[in-house]
Amino acid sequence: MAVQASPLKGSGNLQRRKAVGTIARGAFFLATMFGLVILAILLIDIISDGYTWVDRDFFTALPSRFPERAGIKVALMGTLWVMGLTALITFPVGVGASIYLQEFAPRNRITAIIETNIANLAGVPSIVYGLLGLGVFVEIMRMGRSVIAGSLTLSLLVLPIVIIASQEALKAVPDSIRQGGLALGATRLQVVRSHVLPSAMPGILTGTILALSRAIGETAPLIVVGAVAFLTFTPEGLDSQFSVMPIMIYNWTARPQEDFHSLAAGGIIVLLAVLLAMNMTAILLRNHFQNKQIQ
Amino acid sequence: MAKSIAQDSLAARLRSNELYAARPLTGSSMESRFSERVVRGLLFICAALSILTTVGIVLILFVETIGFFERVSLWEFLTVTEWTPLFNNAKYGVLPLVAGTMWVAVIAIAVAIPIGLSAAIYLSMYAPRGVRNVIKPALEILAGIPTVVLGYFALTFISPEFVQRVFSDTRLFSALAAGITVGILIIPLISSLSEDALQAVPSGLRDGAYALGATKLEVSTRVMVPAAFSGIAASIILALSRAIGETMIVVLVAGGTPNWSADPRESMQAMTAYIVQISSGDVPRGGVEYQTLFAVGLTLFLITLALNVASYFIVKRFREVYE
Repeated sequence: MAVQASPLKGSGNLQRRKAVGTIARGAFFLATMFGLVILAILLIDIISDGYTWVDRDFFTALPSRFPERAGIKVALMGTLWVMGLTALITFPVGVGASIYLQEFAPRNRITAIIETNIANLAGVPSIVYGLLGLGVFVEIMRMGRSVIAGSLTLSLLVLPIVIIASQEALKAVPDSIRQGGLALGATRLQVVRSHVLPSAMPGILTGTILALSRAIGETAPLIVVGAVAFLTFTPEGLDSQFSVMPIMIYNWTARPQEDFHSLAAGGIIVLLAVLLAMNMTAILLRNHFQNKQIQ
Repeated sequence: MAKSIAQDSLAARLRSNELYAARPLTGSSMESRFSERVVRGLLFICAALSILTTVGIVLILFVETIGFFERVSLWEFLTVTEWTPLFNNAKYGVLPLVAGTMWVAVIAIAVAIPIGLSAAIYLSMYAPRGVRNVIKPALEILAGIPTVVLGYFALTFISPEFVQRVFSDTRLFSALAAGITVGILIIPLISSLSEDALQAVPSGLRDGAYALGATKLEVSTRVMVPAAFSGIAASIILALSRAIGETMIVVLVAGGTPNWSADPRESMQAMTAYIVQISSGDVPRGGVEYQTLFAVGLTLFLITLALNVASYFIVKRFREVYE
């Protein structure tokens, strides 16, 4: 009523502006849903293409020229090897770096350079890390096209993400915890080890798992370092040749035959399931520790 | 007042380790100070490893590229429009690869800016909190899908079912299909970062605009977006840099032959795709093929570095500072 009485009512202009506003609102909403609709189509497309191929043989069979006989055993084992090693390298180094930067580093130029540098490294295309791995690990250090060369390359790729996430977790620990420890005469290292790290650990683990879930889908740097799709043996040691799931998926997708595409969809289902499991673990871990802290 | 100064200086002394020095040093604490320094040194090495990584990247790219330019002139590399390193009569002009990359990136950005920015405006201005808390993480799932999976989707669905039907005469492998798919990949990047920038605009600006009688759309497009401009521009540049470095989608769907062409419906090879193609085979170190990998890699690295630095300065220079 009050609005109707206002002088604005007379101008058809306001009605027009409101109409335009309503249309725009609809357009904004559609744009937001666009990504979600694409995500849904992608999942439906892949599951309907590939689910019949995911059976027990799929996990035990070696690569083959015949799609009905091919499986992902070699690639799955390769992924386990490479990701296991990457986790072993990334976790201590990443957490160590974040502890240094957050708890010990003096506020000086070197620290500023290191922090800017880490932020910059996070923006370097992954394939450039592949070239670093090829040049340094494979050729100069003569590791060859091996599991260890691949793992080191992936470690360098995800380290910036792990460091940034761990730093956030350390930042979230209240200063009073540090001061309490110091007041009791503990050294800074003791405070970090017995007070700060335990409080920050859920955040650090969550960040690390999420970073590793990015590494597990990486394909390009490992192709450059020399992972191959067609291997008939699983890795036996650090110097073994290897394949990983994304490379198997790439290889199958790149073939013209329809059956190989379905096989690739099967591989994608397994890869996405692993990814989902990792993300769920990260979320559960965070919730578990959060509940514990409240009690 | 005096008390708070005393507390501050105590805190400062605690931080700078002075209090430990003031304590009488028994044997055990000397020992622990020593081990403290060792551990501290180890932690520093972990942090310094990131510097080593950067130095390693720059050195390896430059060293091999210098080797490349001993065989091929920089002039040829930057001006010739043919890239045929595997032919007998090899030509080393990088322009077709750069053009392939740029076509894909420009199409991707053209897809992602309107959709991503609209989504950011919807999420920050229109969406109820509950809806936002569901949609935002869901969009981030899209960003977490491995790109080889998007490549598969592009090749089996987006290209044949959408691009080839809407744009006549498009090949199955085309820069257009790759660009659209990369665009989908970077939508969440733009929407998420731009939404953060919009959220950071103080509510006084928004309320002031409403008080002047502006509609929600007018507040969004004439007040909020300009106020958050630096953050939005930075998100777009980061997305562009991501699109340029994207590999698996362009390997699978953009095509495998360098093509100096102005028609994105044709297949084109991007810089990243060339690197993957060559390094899939056995490339002996020291050969010119091996060196081309690094010359192309350096070109890619410098382009993305320039964009990342640009976004950093845009945020720094053009940020509207509010109280």
